[in-house]
Amino acid sequence: MAALGSPLRTFRGLLRELRHASGRHYRETPAYRHIAAAFRAHRVTSQKLCRAQQELHFQAATYLCLLRSVREHAALHQEYHGKGERSPEEVAGLVGFRLPQQPGGKG
Amino acid sequence: PPERKRFYQNVSISQGEGGYEINLDHRKLKTPQAKVFAVPSEALAIAVATEWDSQKDTIKFYTMHLTTLCNTALDNPTQRNKMQLIRAAVKFLETDTVCYRVEEPPALAELQKNEWDPIVAWAEKRYNVAIGSSTSILGPNIPASTKETFVSHLASYNMWALQGIEYVITQLKSLILSMGLIDRHITVEKAVLLSRLEEEYQIRRWGSVEWAHDYDLCELRARTAAGTLFVHLCSESSTVKHKLLQD
Repeated sequence: MAALGSPLRTFRGLLRELRHASGRHYRETPAYRHIAAAFRAHRVTSQKLCRAQQELHFQAATYLCLLRSVREHAALHQEYHGKGERSPEEVAGLVGFRLPQQPGGKG
Repeated sequence: PPERKRFYQNVSISQGEGGYEINLDHRKLKTPQAKVFAVPSEALAIAVATEWDSQKDTIKFYTMHLTTLCNTALDNPTQRNKMQLIRAAVKFLETDTVCYRVEEPPALAELQKNEWDPIVAWAEKRYNVAIGSSTSILGPNIPASTKETFVSHLASYNMWALQGIEYVITQLKSLILSMGLIDRHITVEKAVLLSRLEEEYQIRRWGSVEWAHDYDLCELRARTAAGTLFVHLCSESSTVKHKLLQD
């Protein structure tokens, strides 16, 4: 079985990610209810885990990885890809030029 | 093309004829081929609903990996049957990342040996097969019996789970790492690290454009995590009897 660390830590991580995704009312979401119920039912927060508990913990850790990675990836995407095209002035500025002024238009 | 704005207030789940369905306000979610979006696992439906409910002003489809996987399972756009999917998956063994070794530079060769030998050994033991590794440009010589063992094993998965398995293999470029994940022997983070071993080595050696490195890493983790979760949720005993999964 993979080295997963503490189930309590995974659970807390999931709560944090759900709060990011859903805001203040995260406890009313189906995702929260499902995860909380699963952890409660299997007592996955305890130290010694049987096979079913380990499988559940692996699933929880995988879902945590998904939520976290999606959030981080989206943030990076926004930061570096989300700004759209640069204007001609910006492009010229990138290489140290300024566009010529043409008061009468291109003619 | 401009991103689609979020056009719905509430996301809910209901049980329909075909399985668990997703509702965006009163509208049933449909697949790209206009089929009703229905999944065999309640937990999977909840996770998909969460993807839709997480969208803020615009819908960022590139973040909705579980939705994408479900759409692929429902529409089967490449029109492949179970055996074709299995053979495509097993074919990856011939070019499996963890079997393809370099001789130069010695530091990288050493890193590959230390990090990849254990997972290859694990797969050989777990599946009672010979795999090995190779520095030849042709890659390792995988015995036919090894391939048949994996074909047999993958045949025990239903069509949905197989779509997920093939997806993970394509992302990680490794059947062995994917089986390590499916069998819960390694975590997603570890599988991704092992898949990107050479990149990580080059980055440590030469430095990186930080954001680009993190971008690729996060994206691969997200896709791999989605695929793995998808496989497990579609293979759970509580799900398996569902008629959507009868081949």
